[in-house]
Amino acid sequence: MERAALPGGLTWQLGTVVEIVDETPRTKSIALALPAWPGHRAGQHVDVRLTAEDGYQAQRSYAIASAPEDDHVVLTVERLDDGEVSPYLVDELRPGDQLELRGPLGGYFVWEASLGGPLLLLAGGSGVVPLRAILRHHRVVESTVPARLLYWARALDDVIYRDELMANVFGDSVDIRFTLTREQPEGWRGWERWTDMELLQEVTWPPREHPLVYVCGPTPFVDRATFSLIALGHEPGRVRHVAFGPTGV
Amino acid sequence: MAISRGFQGRRRGDADPTRVPPGQYVTDDFPVLSAGPTPHTPLADWDFSIRGAVDRPVAWTWNEFLTLPSETVTVDVHCVTKWSKLDTVWKGVSLDTLLDGVETSAEHVLAFCDGGYTTNLPLEDVTGGKAWVAYEYGGEPLEPEHGGPARLLVPHLYFWKSAKWVRGLELRDHDKPGFWETYGYHNYGDPWKEQRYQGD
Repeated sequence: MERAALPGGLTWQLGTVVEIVDETPRTKSIALALPAWPGHRAGQHVDVRLTAEDGYQAQRSYAIASAPEDDHVVLTVERLDDGEVSPYLVDELRPGDQLELRGPLGGYFVWEASLGGPLLLLAGGSGVVPLRAILRHHRVVESTVPARLLYWARALDDVIYRDELMANVFGDSVDIRFTLTREQPEGWRGWERWTDMELLQEVTWPPREHPLVYVCGPTPFVDRATFSLIALGHEPGRVRHVAFGPTGV
Repeated sequence: MAISRGFQGRRRGDADPTRVPPGQYVTDDFPVLSAGPTPHTPLADWDFSIRGAVDRPVAWTWNEFLTLPSETVTVDVHCVTKWSKLDTVWKGVSLDTLLDGVETSAEHVLAFCDGGYTTNLPLEDVTGGKAWVAYEYGGEPLEPEHGGPARLLVPHLYFWKSAKWVRGLELRDHDKPGFWETYGYHNYGDPWKEQRYQGD
């Protein structure tokens, strides 16, 4: 069967950086004006391509942090100290610079209102980025699907979108919870637990309510979370995940 | 081509550029990309089967599979998420061995896996010494997170074609897109032609 190419999704295009926001000491959000942007669905990603003066190029994938309805396409990038592309994006890129990318890409890790819920979002570190796009989309379309974000971070300083999440700008149908695994501020009333089964059992809807689950984060986090969810009786087909980063082989 | 102001890049001096496809970078890590949770099938319940457009389906239990002639191969693997890993060492059974004696008119293969993952390949891309079902990596049993107990290994295509947790092959007269192939990834996936997504 012939399948049509994704409209406009595959051509490299130039965006202009319109704003850069410091999210954490290691993470920035880069807002781009993209004249040829075809639109995206919440949860999708782009490929970014950098070109040195001698023609050398490097490509990496980054999740889109903005809702489809937002004014600009926003990429949130965490600086990896041994990285090649992320240190450039976090340290060097300035408003007014151009950035080459193509997308949107990926049709699996997406949520739209027609998929329903209840919606359970599990974020490990910068894995929160595509989940934030989902929450923003959930708000814009005024979805009444109950949604819950559980966000694992090492410390409060590492929480991306902290103001937006702590103030919960997403409305009454969205519940946001944090677990700080390494360092907790004084008087912290949230969790400090790792991805254990008891925590997941406490935070998620029971399997009989068939929650739709999105898990994004470093590989060990995603492995443990998905393994625990399946062990608790959740349907594998309703647990979507994206893992990133190396594993110790 | 747009120059990225101030971008130097970090070229690896130790990687032979003729072995790195366009848009890839060489890593010593072994990142993972999965569509679903890592399955943990007991070896007692594991088998590998060849079915579909064949005269007679065949299947091997885990213990039978281990008695098949094995090969140890050193290959480069290229993931669509941009990393390449050179000189990876695998032990497994060549698909030529598994398909030996199978009578078929099929030209396509759909590999199927624990967890429901599938990926499609032309039959000619998995025969002629180009593909294996691997159960050891680097001299050790293959870890579940990397596809253990056994995964397909088709190193000349992007690594999503090397399906993890593979349980068999369905031989088909007509091509049927697999999991990532229905989500916008390229149907064939040649890294040297940078066939990452549909339309590439």
